[in-house]
Amino acid sequence: MRTNTLNIITPEGIDFSLRLAGPVTRFLAWVIDAASVIAVFTMLEGLFKAIGALNSDFAVALSILIYFIISIAYRIVLEWFWDGQTVGKRIFQLYVMDAQGLNLQFSQIVVRNLFRFLDSLPGLYLVGGAACLLSSNAQRIGDFAANTIVVWKQSIPEPDLDSVLADKYNSLRVYPHLAARLRQQTTPDEAGVVLQALLRRNQLNPADRVSLFNRIAEHFRTLVVFPQEAVEGQSDEQYTRNVLDILYRK
Amino acid sequence: MIIDISRFINEEREYWTELEGFLDKLEKDPSFRMDLGQIKRFHYLYQRASADTARIKTFSSEKNLRQYLESLVGRAFGYIHETGRRPRKIALLNWFFNTFPQTFRKHIQAFLISALITVTGCVFGGAAVGLDTQAKPVLIPFEHLQKTPSERVAMEESMDKDTMKGHKARFSSYLMTHNTRVSIFIMVLGISWGIGTIIMLFYNGVILGAIAVDYIMDGQLRFLAGWLLPHGSIEIPAILIAGQAGLVIAGTLVGRGEPVSVRQRFRDVSRDILTLIAGVAVLLIWAGLVESYLSQYHQPVISYELKITLGVFELLLLTLFLWKSGRKTHADQHA
Repeated sequence: MRTNTLNIITPEGIDFSLRLAGPVTRFLAWVIDAASVIAVFTMLEGLFKAIGALNSDFAVALSILIYFIISIAYRIVLEWFWDGQTVGKRIFQLYVMDAQGLNLQFSQIVVRNLFRFLDSLPGLYLVGGAACLLSSNAQRIGDFAANTIVVWKQSIPEPDLDSVLADKYNSLRVYPHLAARLRQQTTPDEAGVVLQALLRRNQLNPADRVSLFNRIAEHFRTLVVFPQEAVEGQSDEQYTRNVLDILYRK
Repeated sequence: MIIDISRFINEEREYWTELEGFLDKLEKDPSFRMDLGQIKRFHYLYQRASADTARIKTFSSEKNLRQYLESLVGRAFGYIHETGRRPRKIALLNWFFNTFPQTFRKHIQAFLISALITVTGCVFGGAAVGLDTQAKPVLIPFEHLQKTPSERVAMEESMDKDTMKGHKARFSSYLMTHNTRVSIFIMVLGISWGIGTIIMLFYNGVILGAIAVDYIMDGQLRFLAGWLLPHGSIEIPAILIAGQAGLVIAGTLVGRGEPVSVRQRFRDVSRDILTLIAGVAVLLIWAGLVESYLSQYHQPVISYELKITLGVFELLLLTLFLWKSGRKTHADQHA
């Protein structure tokens, strides 16, 4: 099945996924890069004019060469020195990387950029865009030839669990044998649902929040039955929080 | 079993932070080199983060922590498993005089096929113009070549002023960039299993053959050689090398029964493709200069003999360069 992620399995048996960039975002990044090339060239025009006052033939020759070199070398140089990023890619949080998760080689960067001559045909990167849509790894032809992919730079925040695992009194802990049974009966996926629900609780609208925690609490009440005095007066959300405390803290 | 996530984080955090520090250094400063102790520590931290990822995946569904650890392992993976080193500087002379001709010879079969396709095109174009003079405007789509060769030679030789004056540099840079674009295009078309490259090489051959036969039939062989040889002796081999690179790409795609994935094959060959096309660009700079500053001048300004001699000399030098340069001597091999 086609997805927007690429999974890589390391020799140690650990798999990690990379979120692939789609053709639209890549096109927008390209537009910014094209504007950057034009901006650089416009800045150099003053220099060409000054040289043109001395020798117009040489100035025109220089401008043809410089434009050609900048239009090709701009992406190559930036992707090499900025670890797979250009100005456009940096703005959109994209970067180029090896399709097998290894470090980019200089030759890969050059090859993927030279293939722009083909990918940009017949205009506005139609060939590259079509290839990107058809490819399982969202690769344009240049990416395929250079064995590269373009992925989103994921800024993963350090996990903050303190907000849901605050040191508050937990009435369920009074019954350690039941707490141990709850831990034994709960699967990691069920525990994950509880954690995610509590982490995202402020993003839910009030009615959905009440409904969601009611369903979660009901589910866990069927797994282990705590005495009435341990759960009396607790809202479904509070009960869920107590369950999480037992699951994620010994 | 579900792990005690708070304790897990508290115990492991310092190792993750240390690994992140290494990765930040490596990413920010490509010239950063670790000593043996640091490498061992980096490897240990990578393995520890991998083990932590496995634990969190098996015993907990904490999504943020899993993603965080996966991103750490993913970033470190490239540095642990990549054997190639980032070059600090490129030794251009060594590359041109050793790597380029060595790479050319490594893929000599592709070059010979490229040359054969062009020669076939030449024969076709030449035969078409030789057998049917009306084919000329179709096969040679250049306005300035539509008059008869004799008329052109008479016009060129009677010119008493330098028509290229004030335009030589821009014409030269136009030729360099245009021919480099065409060469890159010939190369990248190799991705069409070589069909695009073959068509381009054949078409170039057709034009070349048609022009050659047109001038020979009109008795203008000396002019033709004097006009084309000075720059063509470099430019045509450069185009053939671009075709060679295209055919290398096609060969990589086809694979010829190699037990290696197409991804890996492309990864292995990308350096050779880069070397060939960069070599082509260097050759085309020279060809562009010669075409603009020398080829456009004819007798009586420069004698045809001199131009032909220069062209033949360039061709011999290029052949010698591609054949011999960078070849290890017997003594080197035993050293």
